[in-house]
Amino acid sequence: MSIFDYTIASAAKALKAKEISAVELTTAYNKAVAELNPRLNAFITTTPDLALEQAKAADARIADGSATPLTGIPIAMKDLFCTEGVRTTAASKILEPFIPPYESTVSGKLKAAGAVMLGKANLDEFAMGSANITSGYGSVENPWKRQGEVAKLVPGGSSGGSAAAVAARMALAATGTDTGGSIRQPAAFTGLAGIKPTYGRCSRWGVVAFASSLDQPGPMARNVEDNALLLNAMAGFDEKDSTSAERAVPDFTTALNRGVKGLKIGIPAEYRLEGTNPEILALWDKGIEWLKAQGAEIVDISLPHTKYGLPVYYIVAPAEASSNLARYDGVRFGKRVDGEDLIDLYERTRAEGFGAEVKRRIMIGTYVLSHGYYDAYYLKAQKVRNLILKDFTNAFGQVDAILTPTAPSAAFGLDEKMNDPVTMYLNDVFTVPASLAGVPAMSVPAGLSAEGLPLGLQIIGKHFDEETVFAVSAAIESAAGFSALPEVRAK
Amino acid sequence: MSLDAATVRRIAKLARIRVNEEEVSTLQNELNAILGYVEQLGEVNVEGVEPLSGGAQMALRQREDKLTDGDMAEKILANAPDRIENFFAVPKVVE
Repeated sequence: MSIFDYTIASAAKALKAKEISAVELTTAYNKAVAELNPRLNAFITTTPDLALEQAKAADARIADGSATPLTGIPIAMKDLFCTEGVRTTAASKILEPFIPPYESTVSGKLKAAGAVMLGKANLDEFAMGSANITSGYGSVENPWKRQGEVAKLVPGGSSGGSAAAVAARMALAATGTDTGGSIRQPAAFTGLAGIKPTYGRCSRWGVVAFASSLDQPGPMARNVEDNALLLNAMAGFDEKDSTSAERAVPDFTTALNRGVKGLKIGIPAEYRLEGTNPEILALWDKGIEWLKAQGAEIVDISLPHTKYGLPVYYIVAPAEASSNLARYDGVRFGKRVDGEDLIDLYERTRAEGFGAEVKRRIMIGTYVLSHGYYDAYYLKAQKVRNLILKDFTNAFGQVDAILTPTAPSAAFGLDEKMNDPVTMYLNDVFTVPASLAGVPAMSVPAGLSAEGLPLGLQIIGKHFDEETVFAVSAAIESAAGFSALPEVRAK
Repeated sequence: MSLDAATVRRIAKLARIRVNEEEVSTLQNELNAILGYVEQLGEVNVEGVEPLSGGAQMALRQREDKLTDGDMAEKILANAPDRIENFFAVPKVVE
């Protein structure tokens, strides 16, 4: 067995039994990062010395009996989480010089649990993208290849660096954030499991804001159990986040072996989109059979406003982004480009600091919030968002969870889909509705495409019922028996 | 509804992003494609539907109006592109 074969759960066991030390584990991962990152570009900033220091502290905790299941586990931190003393860029040039003087709540919780940070993972600029090609620090390469091909594929986005790092075994697990699919779609594209928890479950404090009513941190890892272990540490009430949920966090691992016997699983008719890849639909049918075989009852349901999810998202998210990103003005932190006067300084700083996709979304957001258009676009979108929430509320009156595909295709080429923003947006067609409704949703690797690329299934649950999501995901995982690995990885 | 070049320039001004003429025409095409796509919301009947502004299933929490931290000027100014003593410095605004 290679040192890279450990999951979080099995590594924790081996650490406890002193079969391996945290320093050994971190040293191996530091080496994997040094070897593979120049090629995959999964990290914007690597922190090998800090990681080693944290690994030594982890070994001390393991020795004195104060270890948690995450103590000594080397992870990648999406570069959207502010980390005290470690540069945080949000993959934007406008934050190139930014070193946060504080730690985000979620990264702080992982630190306190003893997790080791290998570095800050690449992402789409300000988490705006579905392919990790909008980063100001270069695109990320997916470690997976189409069978017999050398063409570079995208890892999905926006948490593409997190996904590539874990898939290529440059990290044992990673943090992500999900605004419209940014954990689930890259997890599906790289053969990982990842969960977007219920909105409010994990604190947004210290996470660089994109669309505040949608942003939600969550874990990405090799299997469902590791996600439960990570979410146990990441979740919880935080008074610093005004939308943080004031409710108890269960031990999510206890839900893993519940099984699906007697559960009602909804299959929404509207997700069977015309033109969807038949392989994806076939995998969905397989997932239905797996759950049926394990005793679940399959129920046909309707989520009638599904097709309006993306148009609502592409009004609401840019509107919130245009407001959130107003803070990048070259005055208090980040990059500055000097100008003739203050307005000129703002305009030059933002023109040079932001990339094309970010500018597009700020412009759309500014327009839909501007005088005379607010009602027609923004208010209308908020009303349709309510109808989408009602779709889910109605469905969850009949069923315990919903099963859908995660993405309409497998990973695509780095050079495909680049030119047309709207085609790119269609990637999120299956993930956006759950984000708009605020319900938890997980992607689980469920099979390979004919070309040898991983495909994921999505399990959507009721608000704050991540436990059922974990139970159903674990059932899919065990039935799928997904064990394929990408060619490019630490061995 | 289709944006003309003047409107694109006006939005860029509102958003405080400098754009050159070449960018105006690219942005005009891209923004119109996106607006064309979201136009389909027009077919949804939203009569009597309340707007949903947030993802949280609760009212926003309020906290007591009191100081909870402070006295960290150095930390706050540590990332300033330009500073004079304990102030952020910018080009002269008033002549």
